[in-house]
Amino acid sequence: MELIIKPKNKWWQFDWREIWLFRDLFYFLTWRDVKVKYKQTAIGAAWAVFQPFITMIVFTVFFGKLAKMPSDGIPYPIFVYTGLVFWTLFSTSLSQVSNTFLENERIVTKVYFPRIILPVSSIITNIVDFLIASVILVVMMVYYHYMPSLAGLLIIPVLILMTIFSTLGIGLLFSSLNVKYRDVRFILPFFIQILLFITPVIYPVSIVSEKYRWILGLNPMSGVIDAARAGILGTRGIDWLLLGVSAICMIFYCLIGYFYFKKVERYFADVI
Amino acid sequence: MSTIIEVNNLGKKYNIGEKENYLAMRDVLMNIIRSPFSWLKSKVGIGGHSGEFWALKDVNFTVEQGEVLGIIGRNGAGKSTLLKILSRITPPTTGEIKLRGRVGSLLEVGTGFHPELTGRENVYLNGAILGMRKKEIEKKFDNIVEFSGIEKFLDTPVKRYSSGMYVRLAFAVAAHLEPEILIIDEVLAVGDAEFQKKCLGKMEDVAKKDGRTVLFVSHNMGAVKKLCGRSILLEGGMVKMEGETGVVVDQYTNGMASQNTFIPFKVKELDVLVTKIILNEESGGAISPFKPLKIDIEIEAEHDVEQVGVEIIFSHEDTSGVVFRTNTKTIKNMDIQIKKGKNRVTCLIDNFNLCSGRYLLGFGLSLFMIKYYYYNLALLNFDVSESMIGALPTSAIYSHVYLDHSWSIAN
Repeated sequence: MELIIKPKNKWWQFDWREIWLFRDLFYFLTWRDVKVKYKQTAIGAAWAVFQPFITMIVFTVFFGKLAKMPSDGIPYPIFVYTGLVFWTLFSTSLSQVSNTFLENERIVTKVYFPRIILPVSSIITNIVDFLIASVILVVMMVYYHYMPSLAGLLIIPVLILMTIFSTLGIGLLFSSLNVKYRDVRFILPFFIQILLFITPVIYPVSIVSEKYRWILGLNPMSGVIDAARAGILGTRGIDWLLLGVSAICMIFYCLIGYFYFKKVERYFADVI
Repeated sequence: MSTIIEVNNLGKKYNIGEKENYLAMRDVLMNIIRSPFSWLKSKVGIGGHSGEFWALKDVNFTVEQGEVLGIIGRNGAGKSTLLKILSRITPPTTGEIKLRGRVGSLLEVGTGFHPELTGRENVYLNGAILGMRKKEIEKKFDNIVEFSGIEKFLDTPVKRYSSGMYVRLAFAVAAHLEPEILIIDEVLAVGDAEFQKKCLGKMEDVAKKDGRTVLFVSHNMGAVKKLCGRSILLEGGMVKMEGETGVVVDQYTNGMASQNTFIPFKVKELDVLVTKIILNEESGGAISPFKPLKIDIEIEAEHDVEQVGVEIIFSHEDTSGVVFRTNTKTIKNMDIQIKKGKNRVTCLIDNFNLCSGRYLLGFGLSLFMIKYYYYNLALLNFDVSESMIGALPTSAIYSHVYLDHSWSIAN
């Protein structure tokens, strides 16, 4: 085995073989994050349910009951919770991914490994939370008598993947910028908060007229959440145009994030 | 024997200020808006290249399989940068390195240890971070635990460990790393003397019995002499000398700054600048045996630093044997707090009992039993002038140290 270290490597290449060599590290980093997360909190895994559940209650009271937000005829609690489960996966992962290189500064500056392992492992950690929170969704579906359509069931894995890749794309861009520009970490919470309001979590996409609805798709989470509601609650067909636009945007964000990350990753240890 | 590492024309350039001052995106965007042309110029590489700094330049050397190569040089000579490039943490700016084997690097003990996790869990995590496979860790687990000697606390979170235990466990994991090429930075500077000895022994085994290739960076000339057959001396980012360890170490200690030519240096991790180290300021630096010796250390800090141990080490030039070591925390159990701005730490030795000759002054800043922020056994050298004791001058030919004593005879 000969390895050559040169000033410029082919940074556009994705080295699957190398990632495979480091699979155990990937496993242990994910395992560390999950373990530490649940060790530190008193209520442990219940926290994963607690956060979206309480948010659901608050949103139901203020947006559903008081502000009378439309919800396409679906009871507001289950309407908003469906959105929140996906939104929570996206927003918590995004903020964690964006800080991942800074938080792991010690190992980034002292050991070599494919850097992409860090953001991916912080997303995986949040999927555990997502799955736990989904249990509540199932309970609510039983309570409100909602049955997913067949297309709805089949589309769920796709929606989860879309959420993961949207997070990864945007997160890679932010996390790489964060290493170099220290004000990014202050912009981020603000950005995520704004994003919540331009994502159809508390309102349905139907408040935008059909002609312009696809524009919402520029935000990949719009397509995901709308399709999740349509499919899981089985109330209507999926808006394929919206989902399609979201999918294309997701790919676009992934490419931008990935290329920027690859361009700067080798210099992380110099600037972090 | 075959060549396992080949370093050709290696160079590494840093832009000064890139690391010290964190960039704010706001400033960068404002600059683009204010003066788009100069920004474009700097992007295409026209404008000035003001703050450039070559940490390494034209470095060439090869290492044979099974060889233990010492890398010595002052702080800032480029040793750490070289190790970082070899371990692929940072890329070079010019040149290339050919590595014919799996590299494992130990730039720090306990990288990635998580305080909330237990000792057992951290062994796995740390092992994986250092590049071991899960199966490999499982196989060596018992040996690691035995080496560390902390079996009883294996299921305790490491945040409850004493710093000594922490270091033992961390080193035990590292000592079981078995790559073809092992890169070791000053990691032995922590832990108690007995454990340090054990670590040095383990390293000797790695090098001599297992026949693996080791690159060893240290300020401890004794350890370098003991472990390494050949050494290279780095100075100002270039290889100043390469050859048999004894010769290179001599060259290094001879060329060291005497106390008159002290160069201020920065300790990045603490954001402090050590501006001066002065010996016997009042008498113009003259040092005589059996007279007081006062060492003043001036430190400028950017912010308050708490719980730092200030360390002074004297070692004899010829033998590199440490003759005296003191640390505000470990020896005197004193908590030193460095305040923002100028600080002066003074060490006063009432009766300087070392005999005449040339000594090395070492200096360190440490966190009690955990690590050194800065450690250099050979920062300066100083001469102790001769004076008379009894009938003869205090030449070191007789002894290095004079101990207070008396004689008597009973007939």
